Amino acid sequence: MAAGAQNNQGEIFIKNVTKIYDPEGVHVVAMKDCSFDIAAGEFAVIVGPSGCGKTTLLNAIAGFDTITSGEIYLDGELISSRDRQIKPDVERMVVFQNGALFPWKTVMENVIYGPVVQKRMKRSEAVDAARDMLHQVGLNGIEDKYPEELSSGVQRRVEILRALINKPKVVMLDEPFRGLDAVAKTVMHEFLMDIFCESPRTMFFITHDLDEAIFLGSKVIIMTTRPAQVKKIVQVDLPWPREHHLLGSQIYLDLKREVLEAVHEEAKKAFEAGEREMA
Amino acid sequence: MMSRLKARVTDPQLLRALIGILVFVSLWYLFTAVLNLPRFKLIPNPIAVLKDWFSFTPASGRSIFTKVYYLDIAYSVGRTLAAFALATILGVSLGLLMGWSRTFYDFTFPIVELLRPMPPLSWIPLAILILPGVEIAVVYVTFIAAFFATVLNTLLGVFSIDKNYFLAARCLGSRPKDVFMNVIVPGSLPFIFTGLQIGMGISWMSLVAGEIIAGKQGLGYAIYEGYFLYQFEHVISYMFTLGILGYISSAAIRAAGRKLMAWEARRRGA
Repeated sequence: MAAGAQNNQGEIFIKNVTKIYDPEGVHVVAMKDCSFDIAAGEFAVIVGPSGCGKTTLLNAIAGFDTITSGEIYLDGELISSRDRQIKPDVERMVVFQNGALFPWKTVMENVIYGPVVQKRMKRSEAVDAARDMLHQVGLNGIEDKYPEELSSGVQRRVEILRALINKPKVVMLDEPFRGLDAVAKTVMHEFLMDIFCESPRTMFFITHDLDEAIFLGSKVIIMTTRPAQVKKIVQVDLPWPREHHLLGSQIYLDLKREVLEAVHEEAKKAFEAGEREMA
Repeated sequence: MMSRLKARVTDPQLLRALIGILVFVSLWYLFTAVLNLPRFKLIPNPIAVLKDWFSFTPASGRSIFTKVYYLDIAYSVGRTLAAFALATILGVSLGLLMGWSRTFYDFTFPIVELLRPMPPLSWIPLAILILPGVEIAVVYVTFIAAFFATVLNTLLGVFSIDKNYFLAARCLGSRPKDVFMNVIVPGSLPFIFTGLQIGMGISWMSLVAGEIIAGKQGLGYAIYEGYFLYQFEHVISYMFTLGILGYISSAAIRAAGRKLMAWEARRRGA
């Protein structure tokens, strides 16, 4: 079953995107002539050295920041260029690195926030929908808890549900499982896998964890060290839904070697660049 | 029920609190009644103060059995509450607006920072000249320092909010007014309540000073009167009255804070 078959929305074209921070002053080229496409309903995973500009790209797609040149299209609509920047909206939902559930709202209030504030659902409808979603992923009985009363793994799942209830075209996740232990991560992967297979939509997933990248991604986009460009794109043609025993299979190990080699080259370059800066 | 009461009585925290108070009162007694230290000659000992405070016929005419005692309290509490309510409404509004709008901040921050350090009492002459009636002048002096403490803490509260909450709110489809109500207001509440605590403390301080200088009734005014009339028992009992009122007002603010910020209380496991 090809994920994305039922969904033909959320196609992203990234064309020659360049981002220069502080062009008049320090002039940091975060990204130079970066181009790649993400098909509708594709699970794209972005890996690359720290500080290479992955988050820069996410911010541009989300509408949090502008780009210096190039164009980004979502379903044929220009959403970001030098002269045009569409503001953030519910079609491009972001799940943040350090988590951004509102600590002053309960789990239920967090999840229903989007549909209620957009006046897309009545409060009671949104509560029903949220309860169904929580129930479906086995998160019962936490509706009235505050985020900080929950483990970070549960917080992340709730935050992902808060994004999904809006049925966005694209879900962008910036290292969402960083800092979770290995066991919790496995749970998160299965959770994300399940909801992705249930209703496939375009995913833009940033990570450092190569196992995670291959396990979840339908393609892995490896970025170069700064200024970021696409180093290599590895298609992951493993069947969905993926199971954890895959991680021992030969095809998986081959993919991992391929990704690892590309990442390692860039990591070395980044390290040497760092050494030069230190010297 | 009994065991809970027993646990309460043998609770080391309560015991330590009682010991602390006992040591303080003993030293006071020692200095005034036993040692008769030269500088403490005119200072009444704790027993004399209590006797006067709880007397049916106090020498000063002021005890818990006299009407004037409650009138003094009513005046002071009324002034403080009026000043504090005004400081909260205006201070929180101004602080939130300053934190919300960069333009408004640019206009207002320098002048706020210039006025803020002025000691409340330095306002007395202007307050009396400009405001109609001494009563309003005293309230103004009580208000002004609490107001600035509230503004500053509210502003810091808005600045303390994680940027990601704003981004998340925008992603989720919030208009500016939704961001204000759902991110800025709740996000700055912990700092606002710190500001209110500080503000309440400053209010009481400025109130007594204001009453001494410009008042006609109230606890501060009565303390000063007691000083001139050599009624030191009532000076001290009124000081403790102020202490108790301050303690109650702080506790009330904390309780309101816990109610409004259930998420904070639960995080601390309260």
